Amino acid sequence: MSVPYAKLPAWVDYGLIPLINLIVAFLVAGLVVLAVGESPLRAASLLIEGAFGYGEGIGFTLYYATNFIFTGLAVAVAFHCGLFNIGGEGQAYVAGLGVALPCLWLDQFAPWYIVFPAAILGAAMVGGFWAMIPGWLQAKRGSHVVITTIMFNFIASSLMVYVLVDVLKPAGSMAPQTRAFADGGQLPRLDWLLASVGLDIGGAPFNLSFLLALVAAFVVWVVIWRTKLGYEIRTMGHSPTAAAYAGIRQSRIIVITMMMSGALAGMMALNPIMGDQHRMQLDFVSGAGFVGIAVALMGRSHPAGIIPAAILFGMLYQGGAEISFEMPQISRDMITIIQGLVILFAGALENMFRPAITAFFATLGGSGSDKPLPAAE
Amino acid sequence: MEYFDTLIVILQSTVRVSVPLILAALAGLYSERAGIFDIGLEGKMLAAAFAGGAAAAVTGSALIGLCAAILVSVCLGLVHGFASITQRGNQIVSGVAINFIALGATVILGQAWFRQGGRTPQLSGDARFTTVELPFAAEIADIPVLGPIYSDLLSGHFLLTYLAFMLIPFTWWVLYRTRFGLRLRAVGENPGAVDTAGISVTWMRYRAVICCGILCGIAGAYLSMAMTAGFVKGMTAGKGFIALAALIFAKWKPVNVMFACLLFGFLDAMSIRMQGNELPIIGVVPVQFMQALPYLLTVILLAGFIGKAIPPRAGGVPYVKER
Repeated sequence: MSVPYAKLPAWVDYGLIPLINLIVAFLVAGLVVLAVGESPLRAASLLIEGAFGYGEGIGFTLYYATNFIFTGLAVAVAFHCGLFNIGGEGQAYVAGLGVALPCLWLDQFAPWYIVFPAAILGAAMVGGFWAMIPGWLQAKRGSHVVITTIMFNFIASSLMVYVLVDVLKPAGSMAPQTRAFADGGQLPRLDWLLASVGLDIGGAPFNLSFLLALVAAFVVWVVIWRTKLGYEIRTMGHSPTAAAYAGIRQSRIIVITMMMSGALAGMMALNPIMGDQHRMQLDFVSGAGFVGIAVALMGRSHPAGIIPAAILFGMLYQGGAEISFEMPQISRDMITIIQGLVILFAGALENMFRPAITAFFATLGGSGSDKPLPAAE
Repeated sequence: MEYFDTLIVILQSTVRVSVPLILAALAGLYSERAGIFDIGLEGKMLAAAFAGGAAAAVTGSALIGLCAAILVSVCLGLVHGFASITQRGNQIVSGVAINFIALGATVILGQAWFRQGGRTPQLSGDARFTTVELPFAAEIADIPVLGPIYSDLLSGHFLLTYLAFMLIPFTWWVLYRTRFGLRLRAVGENPGAVDTAGISVTWMRYRAVICCGILCGIAGAYLSMAMTAGFVKGMTAGKGFIALAALIFAKWKPVNVMFACLLFGFLDAMSIRMQGNELPIIGVVPVQFMQALPYLLTVILLAGFIGKAIPPRAGGVPYVKER
């Protein structure tokens, strides 16, 4: 039982094991579908049909995926430093202020390409600030970032209800939301991008922030794997003591990592506020911050894994909405179960199948115990 | 006298809303004192509330409902235990997973079984817990001051309420006066030493996780079968996290847990009561501020500005026998 895990070929480690975990998660989800008396296969085909079968579906899938790329990157960056940022939800929520305020100030007289950078900056700063406090508290006061970020989610939610109901709501309106933005506060849609492959996105709010998400993913890759800061972050994550020994200033790295994480989570707010609703509404984040946890775990905290994982969850969101038309038993809440199962199997139980797979590859090599593990091919 | 009556009403609802917090926080206490962090209190409580509401609605018996609630909660606890003890996975990730599974599954199954938009049918009669009147409550009620305190504040609660408050000294006794408690605390501080003494760390921690499941189950049953008559989608509404906050606020000590939960319950009761009313000196306090106060207080405490909350030393660390 306490034998350390043997080394496996890279493709098994980064490809096969995550895939097996994912498949198990979906099999269990299939059992839940069976339990409510529907056919899992039919559900799966409806899901894929709804998410990728037509232009508008693809547009919605990518729209949701945009949210999850941002929040997934946010969780991943913190993971690299050995921190678990559960607060993406709250950071994105509060960062809505960083998006909405520039829009409310500038949308009447500035075009979107001036408002957009201001909103990006605002979102990143507010989100970063909201994550910086837990980071600072962990670095300087020793309070655990997990607990603090959970608390900050609730504080953010109360704060935003107060702001939307008592401050930003236009006089005479009943709904707790800001006024609708003029043209300056609306991002152009990316219908031309899908039109170039012959698809019509219809009413899907697929917009410019998707490209921003891709840029953010690339920037995260550069920062984490190609800069000194990223090296220090990863060193901290692998071994805080080694980092201290190497003269890395731990508290500085923790605070910077949390700010980066919060800024990424915050930029998620751009997509629904500027790209879709053109106003800030109550609960516009609607769980995207938590989906980020599943996305980061599934994508193994690497941008190249996070983007497909985000698209998968985008597919679940969009396809899930389609399923609920056909199968009233299966509502959006099915996605919450899948999300939980993915977190369980790809995260907490990630090593469950490793001993069996290791044994399998050991027999494949055919030799005794003296050879640790031959290459699989 | 009017102020006094208001106070009694507020305190009465404080007790009412504190009970699930106390039960869940004590559940967390068993688990975390054994070195297993549990973010999943919320999910276990929610699943238990659903199981209790569903079983009671089908069988018409509150007792069967309670058993079902405990059973489901213990099963989820064992999943958490399997992930974090046997598989040595990340305890926080596992807890988060359980919260989501419970949140989604209760709605999906509720809709499939009862078709009431994720609710369970209204409970009535034997399917619901009833309140008990303490002896002589009616006779004493007319005595000023003492009467209201006894017959309104202390009497007329659910059996589970009295159970929750009795569990506090019981937990204290278990934790500090029994062999089980000593080992439980040891396994959370220094599992290596416990292992050296020939006691199984794994089995100790599993037992802690089961205790946690039982208490979360009772908390959930209280929510759906005593406090309200039936399960409503997402009815825990963050109570599991407030309980977690209370547990930290109480520095992982049983008696402190009661006071922390009563404080957080009091804030909750006040925020409902105060909606739009002015406070004497301070003026109107936004309801949202009152709702955020438990979390704010916990953050401030954790940061060491009021006292210092030190978690069990081996908390969150999977135990690996020497290689």
